[in-house]
Amino acid sequence: MKIKNSSELKNYYENLIIKTSKREKRTIVLSMGTCGIARGASDILNSIKKEVRKRKLHNRVEIRVTGCHGFCEVEPFLIIYPQGIFYCKLQPADVRQILMESIEKNNIIERLLYTDEKGKKIIKETDIPFYKKQMRLLLGSNRFIDPANIDDYIAQGGYQSLSYVLGNMQPEEVIEEIKKSGLRGRGGGGFPTGRKWELCRRAPEFPKYVICNADEGDPGAYMDRGLLEANPHSIIEGMIIGAYAIGSNYGYVYVRNEYPLAIHHLNIALQQARDYGFLGDDIMGKDFYFDIEMVKGGGAFVCGESTALIASIEGKPGEPRAKYIHTVEAGLYGKPTNINNVETWANVPLVIKNGWQRYSKIGTETSKGTKIFSLVGKIKNSGLIEVPMGITLKQIVFDIGGGIANSKRFKAIQTGGPSGGCLPEAHLDLPVDFDSLSEAGSMMGSGGMIVMDEDTCMVDVARYFVNFLKEESCGKCVPCREGLSAMFEILTRITEGNGKHEDMDLLEEISFAMKNGSLCALGTTASNPVFSTLKYFRDEYIAHIEKKRCPAGVCKNLVHYEIMSDACRGCGACLKICPVSAIQGEKKKPHSIDDTKCIRCGECFEVCKFSAVRRK
Amino acid sequence: MREKEYLFNNANKIDEILVKHGMNRSRIVAIMQDIQNEFGYLPEKNLKYISMKLQTPLSQIYSIATFYRAFSLKPRGKHLVTVCLGTACHVRGGARIVESIQKMFDVKPGEKTKDGLLSLETVNCLGACALGPVVVVDGKYHGHITISRLERIVKGILNENKK
Ligand SMILES: Cc1cc2nc3c(=O)[nH]c(=O)nc-3n(C[C@H](O)[C@H](O)[C@H](O)COP(=O)(O)O)c2cc1C
Ligand code: SF4
Ligand code: FES
Repeated sequence: MKIKNSSELKNYYENLIIKTSKREKRTIVLSMGTCGIARGASDILNSIKKEVRKRKLHNRVEIRVTGCHGFCEVEPFLIIYPQGIFYCKLQPADVRQILMESIEKNNIIERLLYTDEKGKKIIKETDIPFYKKQMRLLLGSNRFIDPANIDDYIAQGGYQSLSYVLGNMQPEEVIEEIKKSGLRGRGGGGFPTGRKWELCRRAPEFPKYVICNADEGDPGAYMDRGLLEANPHSIIEGMIIGAYAIGSNYGYVYVRNEYPLAIHHLNIALQQARDYGFLGDDIMGKDFYFDIEMVKGGGAFVCGESTALIASIEGKPGEPRAKYIHTVEAGLYGKPTNINNVETWANVPLVIKNGWQRYSKIGTETSKGTKIFSLVGKIKNSGLIEVPMGITLKQIVFDIGGGIANSKRFKAIQTGGPSGGCLPEAHLDLPVDFDSLSEAGSMMGSGGMIVMDEDTCMVDVARYFVNFLKEESCGKCVPCREGLSAMFEILTRITEGNGKHEDMDLLEEISFAMKNGSLCALGTTASNPVFSTLKYFRDEYIAHIEKKRCPAGVCKNLVHYEIMSDACRGCGACLKICPVSAIQGEKKKPHSIDDTKCIRCGECFEVCKFSAVRRK
Repeated sequence: MREKEYLFNNANKIDEILVKHGMNRSRIVAIMQDIQNEFGYLPEKNLKYISMKLQTPLSQIYSIATFYRAFSLKPRGKHLVTVCLGTACHVRGGARIVESIQKMFDVKPGEKTKDGLLSLETVNCLGACALGPVVVVDGKYHGHITISRLERIVKGILNENKK
């Protein structure tokens, strides 16, 4: 079935709404993104299906499988509509009771509800503190959408922005609208989206290409996966609008190979969009052809960089090139190419729907709209959050994230991925927008936010990022390739207790050379993690170098585990858990650790009920 | 004559893949991904075959095969353990997990055990960061993994082989 014009879309939408409003069935919504599945959501789904069959509930309940809603911490969870009852941390065995009590009858099962800080039970998903301070313009509809069903997207008003654009706006007007909205790229650079489109539209050559950058290589970040898995049509709709504005007929989505479910959902969505006539010839009755091809990445971080990404689509190793000529003029196959990030594209229908005036009310002077972050690490409520630009780090960490897990102390928050930096507690009042974070020596980046506590060693973190980038540098330019190797060597030396005082200056010198002498942003920003930790956590470097101590107890060569014989009851718990059999001892007699065999995994430290294992 | 040499080695399957991608030189990464998915690695003979068919120097194919992480030039073990080393997993102890697996089963990251039963690999992030540390064993994701739980899981699949 093809939807040929805006009135057909309107009819179709209205019919969908009438159909749902007449439905007397309840709906069980089950969140099944990659994270939900990893937490056992498939088993829950199977149990639901089995029980529904057994209890003959087909006429009374419908199951909707959705992508990730964001609150990954309490998965697997389900929501029962219309009441909106939220049951979390489920086991397959809970399903029977849910169907008996909450579907066949109208009861609420207390023990499966979410419990807040103060021990209060919360019934509705939207009342949970984690969601309250968020502004979920993009993620909010995830719970209503089965990503494999385009009708769910249309029932949320989907494709109406496209319909409006094609029916009422000239390409230049679309560009003007996006420009006025203040939308900036969400892929890290924060380049004004409307301006990029305009440059590409003005480039004289044809054909033009639009690309969606879904390479999401930033480790510890999964905003784009969340969107692709849960709401692929929002991205597709954004791309079609962009293509119309730019004057392009061919689109690509470059997706990370490590995201099988996102790839699967995107494929289904592309096919459905073609079937409904949103892609292909004469889109919505207009003389406009556009189609999108999906390209799977090869698992190289640098391929997220726009020129490397283009090389990769062309079937070459993904090496960046110098940008004397911008990709908007000469990109894919030498033709004008407009690349935007997944989240940028997903914002486009929203801007059109709300109009630039309303959209630009959200956020700060220079950063408009909302931003999705992956709030992870040592945080209590980890997950995907969407907040208005300008919210402070403190609000994110404490109000939404619920503070640090296991009552530890906050140490740092890392934003911007390998190009970003670590900010200490003193900077928690910073508003989150493109400019404030850069000024503080970090970066907003694409949206990774990794929270670190007192047990995280900042020298180790710097070493981690440098190692990551060393592996991922394409090796084309000397400062990046050699600089990273040299930095890695120095940082390794420090974490092993062989660092020298001059090493800190040396690191800064290398940072400087890399910043100035590298071709792409991987190299120019690579020193940020080192630079920011040196700036804010210098004392930790000094402890490693001068005292040969790792204050956080992470650096292997600088920690030892020891069993204190007076506290040890000889229960054998540590002996059993040690993965390398480094612990000996008879039952009920004090045990001991063989330091030469010990790999410093800390399992014994965690398992001992009598605090007899000491880390020093 | 040279073509014949390669015809034996599952050339049919490879032809199928090539045709699926319209024998298109610029689709070479996708073609190699399909071969990798089919066999779990990139067999040398297949690379030579596509080099001939697509009229692309083998050196170029080799440079692609070694540039991208998704490719492996050596066959993998029967079972695969992939440990995430993304930032979120790192701060929750991902590196220690790799190390313990390495010691327990005598296998290095990127390699397989002597009996060929187990491959150990690392990845930069699986996008399940909220559940860190994350490990994937034969396609199944395990969140909040501990060393002892992973040991049980891996020993479990290895024991099944012995039966
Ligand atoms: C090393 C490197 C990796 C990058 N990775 C990504 C990525 O994974 N996703 C992304 O959207 N942008 C990434 N970028 C930024 C892109 O080059 C580009 O700026 C962005 O896709 C443009 O889209 P936007 O204007 O919508 O932000 C990366 C840049 C560099 C230098
Ligand atoms: S800066 Fe590094 S990653 Fe970028 S082109 Fe140069 S060597 Fe390659
Ligand atoms: S950091 Fe491990 S899944 Fe993202």
